[in-house]
Amino acid sequence: MPIDKFTVLESSYVPLPIENVDTDQIIPARFLKATSREGFGENLFRDWRFAADGSENKDFVLNNPKYSGQILVAGKNFGSGSSREHAAWAVHDYGFKVVVSSFFADIFRNNALNNGVLPVVVSPEFLSKVFAAVEADNSQKLVVDLEEQSISLNGEKEEFEINPYKKNCLLNGFDDIDYLLDKKENIEEFEK
Amino acid sequence: MEPKTLFDKVWDAHVVEKIEGGPSVLYIDKHLIHEVTSPQAFAGLESRGLKVFRPEKTVATPDHNIPTVNQHLKIEDELSRNQIETLTANCKKNDITLYGLNHPKNGIVHVVGPELGHTQPGMTMVCGDSHTSTHGAFGAVAFGIGTSEVEMVLATQCILQPKPKRMRITIDGELQKGVTAKDLTLYVIAQLGTGGATGYFVEYAGSAVRNLTMEGRMTVCNMSIEMGARGGMIAPDETTFEYVKGREFAPKGEDWDKAVAKWKELKTDDGAVFDKEYTYKAEDIEPMLTYGTNPGMGTGISGNIPRAEEVEASELPTFKKSLEYMGFGLGDKLLGKKVDYVFVGSCTNGRIEDLRMLASLVKGKKKADSVTAWIVPGSKQVEKQAQEEGLVEVLEEAGFELRQPGCSACLAMNDDKIPAGKYSVSTSNRNFEGRQGPGSRTLLASPLTAAAAAVTGVITDPRELF
Ligand code: SF4
Repeated sequence: MPIDKFTVLESSYVPLPIENVDTDQIIPARFLKATSREGFGENLFRDWRFAADGSENKDFVLNNPKYSGQILVAGKNFGSGSSREHAAWAVHDYGFKVVVSSFFADIFRNNALNNGVLPVVVSPEFLSKVFAAVEADNSQKLVVDLEEQSISLNGEKEEFEINPYKKNCLLNGFDDIDYLLDKKENIEEFEK
Repeated sequence: MEPKTLFDKVWDAHVVEKIEGGPSVLYIDKHLIHEVTSPQAFAGLESRGLKVFRPEKTVATPDHNIPTVNQHLKIEDELSRNQIETLTANCKKNDITLYGLNHPKNGIVHVVGPELGHTQPGMTMVCGDSHTSTHGAFGAVAFGIGTSEVEMVLATQCILQPKPKRMRITIDGELQKGVTAKDLTLYVIAQLGTGGATGYFVEYAGSAVRNLTMEGRMTVCNMSIEMGARGGMIAPDETTFEYVKGREFAPKGEDWDKAVAKWKELKTDDGAVFDKEYTYKAEDIEPMLTYGTNPGMGTGISGNIPRAEEVEASELPTFKKSLEYMGFGLGDKLLGKKVDYVFVGSCTNGRIEDLRMLASLVKGKKKADSVTAWIVPGSKQVEKQAQEEGLVEVLEEAGFELRQPGCSACLAMNDDKIPAGKYSVSTSNRNFEGRQGPGSRTLLASPLTAAAAAVTGVITDPRELF
């Protein structure tokens, strides 16, 4: 799957100040029965978003019209648990292009990057400021600049890390499989 | 030569090339697939006009989504049936070995791999499932991957992976009677927390680990991911060789001797450096139980849920939310709490030894009427062995029934769902909100602790029932 190119994003954001959001919350197992990649956004955070009878849970942030945007900001250790890429597909399909947290689980981070969703790791202090800012003003924006590897809130900037190879992939919309297919000869050589 | 860790030895031997400032191209010896995380990978492959590169290195078994009763009948749920049929069709089209539903070797992917001898020391192994770390018990570098990565392996037998850091966890001493490998791993996770090993590959060492059976070692490595580790591994030794020997896909004859000679070198050299080390004493571990909604929220069975002042202030809101979901209070004692369901199974504790443990405790006792118990063997082979060893009879006499193999209530994708609000003592690996069904409340434990809950109907220290 070729991925979307990513350069700079300026957007308002959705705060989810909960820690250890695991993949079973992002997309519960009973919604993993599809054989395609599409449509998972509908069930993103399913059991937090909807009550058992299917009605909307008004208290949950995705149902709050005050908050919108292409950036999700979550508490530390986001995406722990299962390897299901469906979690990254759901986040992407819902319309998020960036997830900000102070800590990500490894597999989720890989899966997100492989689907053109940028995980941005910020310091716990910066994260607290981001949460506080949106509480004060829900139209508050964040600017994420991949080339520069920076995220800014009201002019306050913090740099984030990303593996140079992955950065290049995102900037250009390349995916890993294309890269590996190019290496077929070396792989065959290695097998000997 | 510079001293190397076990992990470095296996990893380095599989690097095809390293990208400057980026990940490595890592060659994969064995790829396991199942019905839930593979269909999109096959579809991706097809849309690129590619065939599977090395079909003989991939093995498939449906497990996540299959029913655990009446497996011979047509699967009622259309989506589930479609996933399983898609796996079957993809394997057929690409010449991949499939242990399909009703095949005598079907079972949970991480139970089937080792029991058939697909899993061997020194291998690199991946699967679109985070508990692939299980296979590290044999001294393999094994880890879970996403579906895009499944597609990479199908297309090239390689994946792009940054090299994790190294951690060693040493547990010396002797486990007390009634304390199992599961308690050991829940104890370590409670110490480190769910993100404590993120970014690391863990080697488990020390006399308490050496003394574990292969089943016990698999239980420990299985749960490495629950503290965030990329994987866990244990150096192969006589216990490992003994287990692998004679299995269907294990090397035979001369090849066997050669393989063992090579495998014996798979250990961490003296003086090798780890990025992080932890040491624990086996004597400090009692039967463990989780009380919250992540596997790091665990305590010894005689302990209590932390009081507010024992939790870090910044973590208190999340902690309270978790307890609220569980219907527990700060400072509560766990012993004596009511239990509605007991689940014994999963790739953590669904092996023959686990069923033996269960049977040893319930023998001559009766299941509590108030408890619904689901005993789900990890594979067809485990089921068969349990019958041959007479375990099924013991369990039936005590009022338990064996279901058919599969992942079952570990992730509740099929009909095996714990109802909302009910308490389940489970031998699986995750107690996330809704993991065992929407609204379900899971307490992770060993097969012995699960057995004790099943016969008394409340949380009970298994050591009191021997
Ligand atoms: S038993 Fe549970 S953890 Fe293991 S493979 Fe199945 S769903 Fe995953």
